[in-house]
Amino acid sequence: MAWTKNVLRVNLEAGTCTTEPLNMQWAQDYLGQRGLATKYLVSEIDPKVDPFSPKNKLIFVTGPLTGTMAATGGRYSVVTKGPLTGAIACSNSGGYFGAELKFAGWDMVIFEGAAPKPVYLLINDGKAELVDASHLWGKTVWETEETIKTQHQDPQIRVAAIGRAGENRVLYAAIVNDLHRAAGRSGVGAVMGSKNLKAVAVRGTRTDAYQMANPEAFFAATEAGKKVLAANGVTGQGLPTYGTQVLMNVINELGALPTRNHREVQFEGAHDISGEAMHEKRPTDGKANLVTNGACFGCTIACGRISRMDPGHFSIKDKPQYHGASGGVEYEAAWALGAANGVNDLEALTYANFLCNEDGFDPITFGATVGAAMELYEMGVLTEKETGLKMPFGSTEALVKLAEMTAKGEGFGKIMGLGSKRLCTKYGHPELSMTVKSQEFPAYDGRALQGMGLAYATNNRGACHLRGYMVSPEVLGIPVKMEPQATEGKPAMLKAFQDLTAVVDSAGICLFTTFAWGLSDIQPQIQAACEGDWSEERLLLVGERIWNMEREFNLAAGFTAKDDNLPPRLMKEPAKTGPQKGAVSKLDVMLPEYYQVRGWTKDGVPTAETRKRLGV
Amino acid sequence: MQKSLHIDPNKCTACLQCEMACAWENHRSFTIAKSRIKVFTFHKEGRFVPYTCTQCDEAWCMTACPVDAIRLDPVTGAKIVLEPTCVGCKVCTIACPFGTINYVASTGKVQKCDLCDGEPACAKACPTGAITYVDADWTGLGKMRQWAGKTDTNPATV
Repeated sequence: MAWTKNVLRVNLEAGTCTTEPLNMQWAQDYLGQRGLATKYLVSEIDPKVDPFSPKNKLIFVTGPLTGTMAATGGRYSVVTKGPLTGAIACSNSGGYFGAELKFAGWDMVIFEGAAPKPVYLLINDGKAELVDASHLWGKTVWETEETIKTQHQDPQIRVAAIGRAGENRVLYAAIVNDLHRAAGRSGVGAVMGSKNLKAVAVRGTRTDAYQMANPEAFFAATEAGKKVLAANGVTGQGLPTYGTQVLMNVINELGALPTRNHREVQFEGAHDISGEAMHEKRPTDGKANLVTNGACFGCTIACGRISRMDPGHFSIKDKPQYHGASGGVEYEAAWALGAANGVNDLEALTYANFLCNEDGFDPITFGATVGAAMELYEMGVLTEKETGLKMPFGSTEALVKLAEMTAKGEGFGKIMGLGSKRLCTKYGHPELSMTVKSQEFPAYDGRALQGMGLAYATNNRGACHLRGYMVSPEVLGIPVKMEPQATEGKPAMLKAFQDLTAVVDSAGICLFTTFAWGLSDIQPQIQAACEGDWSEERLLLVGERIWNMEREFNLAAGFTAKDDNLPPRLMKEPAKTGPQKGAVSKLDVMLPEYYQVRGWTKDGVPTAETRKRLGV
Repeated sequence: MQKSLHIDPNKCTACLQCEMACAWENHRSFTIAKSRIKVFTFHKEGRFVPYTCTQCDEAWCMTACPVDAIRLDPVTGAKIVLEPTCVGCKVCTIACPFGTINYVASTGKVQKCDLCDGEPACAKACPTGAITYVDADWTGLGKMRQWAGKTDTNPATV
């Protein structure tokens, strides 16, 4: 009952919007959001399809807890075959858009085909129509949202849109909703661009779209959950005060902060770009970078950073449009735009982050690609003649220029838009791309934290921090402390994290709740919202089923065990400094055990028995 | 003692738990379009401000109503819309200087904050204390305390 049981199918080629009932058997097997949309996708597309072909599909999906008073109950995901990786892509976003889609009465919107000319989808409760977007093409995300609201005389419309990055098929283009929340990774925005779909605009006012199965139990469970979040040091204090940026100094001190394209594991400028620094008054104008913290829909943690730049900073001096407050750097973005390329100017990072939001591209892959380009430049492989820029490590000017050029596809920005794998391959050094399945690492060194290394190597959507966050046990001691360099027990712990994460995503809540919540906190909330029996065992089975379904899709797309690897730098070049000095990844020790724990063959393929047990 | 909703925008994060709680209380739905309290985001200033009816003593909505459908709850001080009496003429929405009484197309009546019979759901749901329900005569107490804390009581130590 927490599902609306309605799917909107939009055929962009024919220009039609049709309603169909949600497959409730699949809802029971895959819960919602990530799991459910992936089930639809893998059932409807050829795994070998070109991600930019009209035959690829793009699904916006909510979960059963999206649009409810469950803390963080506002998440939606975008699921498609990703152009950066060629693997399953599923990018999760907060803000208010997801809940609005649910209020309008939709669990899911499936886009198929490609529109002959630019359009946006306008949803007003049960009414959905494709509207001409030729006047929006070439516009930024921010301009698009403003124009749509003005045009329809409704400031309460929620908009998810692509910017010029998505239009120009930057391979890591994002879909940005509510101005600065993003389905950020794997290039879901580029797929949207390839379909000539500029935006999805939603207004939801229905009160009868879905109900809680057991309201009394739902309030008891969600209120208990909120108390746990408030009382926890990370979700009650650390995240609201410093955001995810609470990690910058911690990870640096641990010697796990990849620096200058992973050449080093500690950054001398870490403090300058940290959460603490965002609170400090700037010497230039006496104001702090951070204005306030902000929440996504229903979130009682409120980790979001709202920042205002120094109006005198060289990057925005003559650009008043950036003088107001907007979404500031979170930890992964601060790392990628900063430590990964040796830049320690918080204002420049904030500007680059604004541009990522404004024009819709992933700051992690972008920043890491800048780092790779800077290394090639220092080696003399890339030259100023080639790029039009002086770009040694630490060049703030280069970072700013590249951020301005990339979405627009200007000059060298066109190559930047391909990501580091294609960039480094083009210049003869594929080994310098810090990626798994062509997607860039986030902000934790896979040598320094052995479990994170394994998590990256086995991640179904390429390297990322949101599918099996081994930082929790290896750094924060959640749920148990594991030494960063140990390998024992990590494959099993990673599997548990991966499966649990699939459940959390599929429910429609935020992964950050799991700093405080275990499955025993989450299960009663799902149980009270959804019809059926949702025991902890069943939920973990759902999580495992989702993981294996994604894996099967990748295998069918052509990936093999050879793709579960890490770049040679992490396997062979020891960490140079800090507590993890001398470390290289012990992936070769952990991976066979991981396959075994997963019930896969030594070639990383689910065995017949595993398939049968999970029903995939 | 009469109580009053007290709003401190500095504490608001725009999570909208208050809007959901209000919609649930009155419509058994989380659909925030039906909420009587509204959180406004001033994006460029980085400010979030919850806003709802302040229950004016001289309530113009009540005065303007031609069918006497808005009554005073003597216990809470709330001005309450009597739905069966309301004819949906919307004159009150014009009379209210603050915009906090609004028409609901699906019911054909107006709605406004009624303080939930003295237990406002929004205040209960607010996780940051941005919305509280306090002594109506002392809504300034927190601010007074804040400034009092800055008062220099021992100049000799400076």
